[in-house]
Amino acid sequence: MRAFEYVVADSSAAARALAREVGAARFYAGGTTLVDLMKADVERPQRVVDISRLPLTAIERRGDVVRIGALARNSDVAYDATVAQAFPAVSEALLSGASGQIRNSATIGGNLLQRTRCTYFRETRWRCNKREPGSGCDALDGFNRGHAILGTSDACIATFPGDLPVALAALSAHVVIEGDAGERTIALEDLYLLPGDEPQHETSLAPGELITAIELRVEPLHARSHYLKVRDRASYEFALASVACAVELDGGRIAQARIALGGVATVPWRAVDAEAALAGAPPDDSAFRHAADVALSGARTRAHNGYKVELAKRAIVRALRTVCGGAA
Amino acid sequence: MSTTIERPATAAPVTHVGRPLDRIDGHAKVTGAARYAADAPVGDVLYAVIVQSTVAGGRIAEIDETATRAVSGVVEVLTYRNAPKIPAFPFDFTVPFAEQLAPLQSDEIHYDGQHVALVIAETFEAAREGAVLLRITYAPGPFQATLEGAHETELPDNFFGNAMQVRRADPEAAFAASEITVDATYSTPVENHNPLEPSATVAQWRDGELIVHDASQWVLGSRAAYAKAFSVDETQVRVLAPYIGGGFGCKGFFWAHQTLAAMAAKVTGRAVKLVLSREQMFTSVGHRSSTRQRLRLGASRDGTLRAVLHDVQGESARVGAFFEPAGVVTPMLFAVPALSVSHRVAKLDIPSTTAMRAPGETPGTYALGCAMDELAYACGLDPLEVLRRNETETDGESGLPFSSRNLLACYERGAEAFDWSARTHAPRSMRDGGELIGWGVAAATYPAMRSRGEARVTIDAAGTIDVASATHDLGTGMYTILAQIAADALGADPRAIRVRIGDSAFPLAPVAGGSMSSASIGPAVHAAAERIRREVISIATSAGASPLHGLRADEVHVVDGILRAKDDPARAIAYADVVRLGGSGALEALGVAEPGKEQEEYSFHSFGAQFVEVRYDEELARLRVSRALGVFDCGRVLNAKTARSQMIGGIVWGIGMALLEETVRDDRYGAVVTNNLADYHVPVNADVPAIDVLFVEEPDLKFTALGARGMGEIGITGVAAAIANAVYHATGVRVRDLPIVPEKLLGGAAQAAWRK
Repeated sequence: MRAFEYVVADSSAAARALAREVGAARFYAGGTTLVDLMKADVERPQRVVDISRLPLTAIERRGDVVRIGALARNSDVAYDATVAQAFPAVSEALLSGASGQIRNSATIGGNLLQRTRCTYFRETRWRCNKREPGSGCDALDGFNRGHAILGTSDACIATFPGDLPVALAALSAHVVIEGDAGERTIALEDLYLLPGDEPQHETSLAPGELITAIELRVEPLHARSHYLKVRDRASYEFALASVACAVELDGGRIAQARIALGGVATVPWRAVDAEAALAGAPPDDSAFRHAADVALSGARTRAHNGYKVELAKRAIVRALRTVCGGAA
Repeated sequence: MSTTIERPATAAPVTHVGRPLDRIDGHAKVTGAARYAADAPVGDVLYAVIVQSTVAGGRIAEIDETATRAVSGVVEVLTYRNAPKIPAFPFDFTVPFAEQLAPLQSDEIHYDGQHVALVIAETFEAAREGAVLLRITYAPGPFQATLEGAHETELPDNFFGNAMQVRRADPEAAFAASEITVDATYSTPVENHNPLEPSATVAQWRDGELIVHDASQWVLGSRAAYAKAFSVDETQVRVLAPYIGGGFGCKGFFWAHQTLAAMAAKVTGRAVKLVLSREQMFTSVGHRSSTRQRLRLGASRDGTLRAVLHDVQGESARVGAFFEPAGVVTPMLFAVPALSVSHRVAKLDIPSTTAMRAPGETPGTYALGCAMDELAYACGLDPLEVLRRNETETDGESGLPFSSRNLLACYERGAEAFDWSARTHAPRSMRDGGELIGWGVAAATYPAMRSRGEARVTIDAAGTIDVASATHDLGTGMYTILAQIAADALGADPRAIRVRIGDSAFPLAPVAGGSMSSASIGPAVHAAAERIRREVISIATSAGASPLHGLRADEVHVVDGILRAKDDPARAIAYADVVRLGGSGALEALGVAEPGKEQEEYSFHSFGAQFVEVRYDEELARLRVSRALGVFDCGRVLNAKTARSQMIGGIVWGIGMALLEETVRDDRYGAVVTNNLADYHVPVNADVPAIDVLFVEEPDLKFTALGARGMGEIGITGVAAAIANAVYHATGVRVRDLPIVPEKLLGGAAQAAWRK
């Protein structure tokens, strides 16, 4: 860790101004990712702008939209009655992540920007295009058991590590962003950038922009949702593969479905083709398996992560079966 | 002061020994009053942070300290260019140097993670910043960090007294002639200890004397090492380790960071605190070697072993000597008429391997325990029945009878408690809802060792009873059991006894390793306390002013620190008053206990049986241990609570070993990539089911007068085999390569079964 300047912001406008004054600034909310990476010398902010006291913690329902303040704590959101009822996948995803202590500290906005657990990213001795653009990628031919099989590039196969954003992707959440020109709202999926040739660019946030809230729409589809996480141990671990799904049934058919994958992709991965394959299909294992095959059809594996293809498919089948109420 | 040497003789009467007494140090630990090495109240301290090499071979080409020295608060940067010269370490295990190399003595790099610089600063933050700013350029050289392609191999004869190349009768012929054979190769990965407390050293030189607060499992061994490294007399070094936050072997030998802390203190003339980071713990204090173990079992159709051939391959550092003696249990655990055990050790450019909980026994009982299960299935017999049929009363290696061996009773009690008879034999035959269930069993064993141990017991005119020995508490309960032993011998309340340990100034104690601390120090405390009691009774019955004057010693008993006439309880005097009557201010006795000729007459081992249930969600390849039971025969149990906790800890670690733990090196660099607790998985609470522990308790009075064999390490042995066997029973898949992670169950047979 290197010496840095620590400042406390008393408004979101002030926070953005403080951040723009220096070349390398970081917002500090829960600190659960940032401080770790500063200790590892991966994050080297000149200035840390503490936004943790800003009044952005509310969870409010306005009509059919639930707006969750960016500084709401993961625990508070997970146990919020409206969230648990209207968006079960969100609550389940939050509770499957990290530990009780970390969930009490981590914030929703920060969680969207959680950085990869790629071991080659997290220690400065390795080559990493994300950390040091153009330096190469030691993960490609290294120990890549945990690495992504979807959305990868020749420059980066780092897995997006989060759970919540996967659930949010499946539920078509929006992100509210405050910038100099005021507030803008984008689809969650538009927040994330595929690594491509420039994996150092992870989000579409402009310098000095601040996430202030996420928004979710209350609708029957989202109430029938589920998050399934598969991992080596029973708790306190990142996903080997995870699935967020939502299904709306119409008689004996699937009217519409949403599927997003975690633990297997470089960004929260919406499986749009698989969703299309499910529309109008009966809710049975055969349809689920077909959707799973479609979802993973573009997978590119490396030496140690080939198992993720089959594991993700099985997780999709299980999650769909669960959310359809064992209808299969 | 008087000295008493204890010989194994008669049973000691017990009142407090064995009871589930709460830890007498528990309150201090949970309130933070217990000071661990890094908490040492040393003022005006400097902080040191280590910089490690990022190449596995070659040389340091260039060091640029400019940015480091520019950090405010940085006091000194030590590298090979300016570090004080240290003579080459003697490397014969008389002094516990883990590695031959003294740190910072040359530009040569021997492995990735070697300490190459030390940044010393007024604050931890400055030292850390200075460390990341240090620019070291290497001229990388060739290295060999994998078993594959290793060109230097040793065939060690001996491992701390155990033969490593063993032959009995004609095993190849017996194997070839066997009706049933098993030929399988098992592998275990590199594992790291990861105690809660990272290694830490606070070193200070005062008037030519070195005082070290150290996370050490062997204060006297560390004292000898510091003395050698800095060419001073051992009497000029004091090592203190009153509390140790877990060690498991990684604090038993003497490591380079300890030298560096003392070196930094010498160079700066200040106290220096050095704490290893979690990442550094993976390369700085040893690891368990990986193993490849080929086991060939030949047996009769009834499951009786005719031949066992156990060939072990492992690794050892070129700069170290330790290796994993995984074949160590094979000659003694079962009745085997024809046997061969071999060990081949590849010398690699890696940090030194070291002792890690039950070195040898842990991977050995895994491979052998799995092979026995494979044999049972090859014979169509119940796995527990096959274990029973290969029971022996004699140590096949030494030819000596076991002093006490209740392994059959462990099997029997375990089978009953686990309801083993309800198990159906065929793999994949037990289910609960959507989950497959598997039950597995394996034998556990660990030798009972002891070494010369000493303890001093003092009672002063205030009646304070003090027990002192240079032994250690790694979290195991040593404070408490020594108080219980002294309390029984003195007729006192154990909570009224002050136990002081972990100080090299105290009487002799061996390393807290080999599960021998209780057996080495317990009898010494007992002997010293007995001596004190006899002296007290002697004074009380002879002093004219004593109410017990004139009685014979056998007419007096002591309860709760009060001496009373047996036939007239009103005639009584407290310990404190007797001490005052004696006029010396305090009574003191040194107890010495050491092994004797019984070592030539018997083989001393503890035994156990591990029973495990796993549940397997086949669709998701989700495997969890749902039930575990360990039944142990360790002689007398000194404290039912701490003993149980120790066994549970071992079983939890066995779950980690079987399903989770693996230190992965990136072979291209010879460097550890899973060097943190997010990537190196240990079981969390949710992975740990209800664990039951039972003891088949027969005091081993041939071993010591207390009859207690050590309990440090046996708990983990056999667990991984029982789990792997349960996984086979649940899934029909033999995974012979630990840890059993989902991808190993997803492939081949498991996948085919699910697809049906």
